Amino acid sequence: MFADLSDRQWLWGAAGFYAAGLLLGMVSLLRGGRTSGAAIYGAILAGYLLQFIGLGLRGHASGGCPLGNRFEIFQFTAWSAITLYLVVGVTFRSSVLGFFTSCLGAALTVLSLSIPSWDAIRRTHIFGGNPWIELHAALAMFSYGVFGLLALTSALFLLRHYSLKSKRVGGWFSFLPSIMDLDHIEVRLLGTGMAILTAALAFGSVYWSRDTATVGHVKLAATVAVWAASAAAFALRAAGRLLARRFAWTCLALFAAALLSLEAVDASRHPGGAQASVRTPP
Amino acid sequence: MSKTCLFVIGASHHKAPLEVRERLALASEEGLRADLAAAPGLREFAVLNTCNRVEFYGVGADAEAPACVQAAYCARQRFSAAEFERIRFRLTGRDAALHLFEVASGLDSQLLGENEIFGQVKEAYAAAQSFGSTGAVLNRVFQKAFQAAKHVRTHTGISAGRVSVANVAVELASNIFGSLAGARVLVLGTGEIGEGTARAFRSRGAADLAVAGRRIERAAEVASSLGADTMHFDERDSRLADYDIVVCSTAAPGAVLRTSAIAAAMRRRPARPLLLIDMAVPRDVEASAADLQNVFLYNLDDLARIAEQNRFAREAEVARCRAMLEQRADGLWRQLQAQLAASDPGAGAPGRGAEGQAATP
Repeated sequence: MFADLSDRQWLWGAAGFYAAGLLLGMVSLLRGGRTSGAAIYGAILAGYLLQFIGLGLRGHASGGCPLGNRFEIFQFTAWSAITLYLVVGVTFRSSVLGFFTSCLGAALTVLSLSIPSWDAIRRTHIFGGNPWIELHAALAMFSYGVFGLLALTSALFLLRHYSLKSKRVGGWFSFLPSIMDLDHIEVRLLGTGMAILTAALAFGSVYWSRDTATVGHVKLAATVAVWAASAAAFALRAAGRLLARRFAWTCLALFAAALLSLEAVDASRHPGGAQASVRTPP
Repeated sequence: MSKTCLFVIGASHHKAPLEVRERLALASEEGLRADLAAAPGLREFAVLNTCNRVEFYGVGADAEAPACVQAAYCARQRFSAAEFERIRFRLTGRDAALHLFEVASGLDSQLLGENEIFGQVKEAYAAAQSFGSTGAVLNRVFQKAFQAAKHVRTHTGISAGRVSVANVAVELASNIFGSLAGARVLVLGTGEIGEGTARAFRSRGAADLAVAGRRIERAAEVASSLGADTMHFDERDSRLADYDIVVCSTAAPGAVLRTSAIAAAMRRRPARPLLLIDMAVPRDVEASAADLQNVFLYNLDDLARIAEQNRFAREAEVARCRAMLEQRADGLWRQLQAQLAASDPGAGAPGRGAEGQAATP
């Protein structure tokens, strides 16, 4: 029965589980109780597995990592963020992070699934059989997923900061982790994201140095700008120059910039060459 | 109909004022345990003796057992039986089990939802077990009470938030620093409220405390009782950067911590937040310090308002908790009825309930 399901149907199933995690958290919070960490984690894990199958089918069909259009990029970014959550979420001891992660997962997957034009045409064999370029793209997207989780943590930090400054610490706010814990996690996530993006750019630069004409300037500038922004934020934080709220806002802006840079990356691909395009069935 | 009955008899803060509870409290339970062990018809018992209640949970061979317990207690404590009769409550069967569930959950506590009672009930049960006065029925009732208490504390907001000013201050610190084990606390002033708050910090794991007061001898005395260091009051500005949490409760007529001094301290520790708890009236900390980055300033009114909000929030949860506990008590009682009936000498099928299943005044 499941063998007949298309990749999009698997991905809809994943989106459903992420939305279920979001719903579970909402219901718990509205009822005034603590969000059920295990239930939300289970929903996210189920969604993750379905998304893994859906993206796997896509990857198999397109002959590489499924990053052939905006739909696939959004799906892969969500999957990356959730991969990291599933690893660090257990030790995070905060069901609120699970709630926010399910929110991010549901938002990215439902949004990408709901806009058919994003997936009307997808490029296949975009890496031209070069595994290094594929690794570069996969690592870059994974780092964007890390920045997604960083953005969530930063949003939690800002909420906690607001609650303490405005002296509203009861109710929903009481479930938030402490300021210091969130700050430490932000720094680690930023460092991790930056390190992965650095590796991605290093792999990409080897290919680019051999054939500079194949990489568009806009793509190059956008990617390097995101990397430079993350490195600058990390350096300023380490030097004690970018702290607390400003640091959290910077991390949010970094994720927004990473998402915007995807537009430049996507637009830089030209349909000719080794790439081929296929029309995705509705 | 089973003659064997589960019961609880005792007195608590509901009817006994403090001066009476002082006389009710058992200095030692050993003698009374021996008396109760010899009481006719008392098969199982456990004694819960706290500052707010003295309660006896038991399983009797007949309905006379609670009266035997009462007589033994009054005789041992030299407490007037007539006076005890006026203030005591007595519950049997399902209501006795429900009462224990409510006590363990903090629903019956003077400070609604407090956690300490759970530990006290556990200690009472452990003491009864080690004395050998519990059996199949009380073991089951207490175990179920612990499960029920954990369930309501986890699934409702009955224990959420803190309801005393000192504990609210500690909770705020946890919201900022997480674990308090590594947080450094400075207490400015040697008044009772500051000392009490420092004790609350100590009990929640804060290991590094210092006390500063205008009178160094008094500061040293308070520091000694807290196991803290002493600091000269005049050093407060220069050493402010060393501390994460500052509790102010001096009797000074004006501010003792200026915004400029706090800003200077923050420049030396920009990445680490500073929590200022100002419990003094007039205030010890300039209000404009709240605008500094990474500085969190709370005064006495702020703490009192949060404590009040938490108390209201807990009260709003009582009905939900009670419904959960009643459901569990009903389930337990259905199982226990058969167990109690089986323990009757020459018992047949369980009846519709032991005599006096409802609460008796």
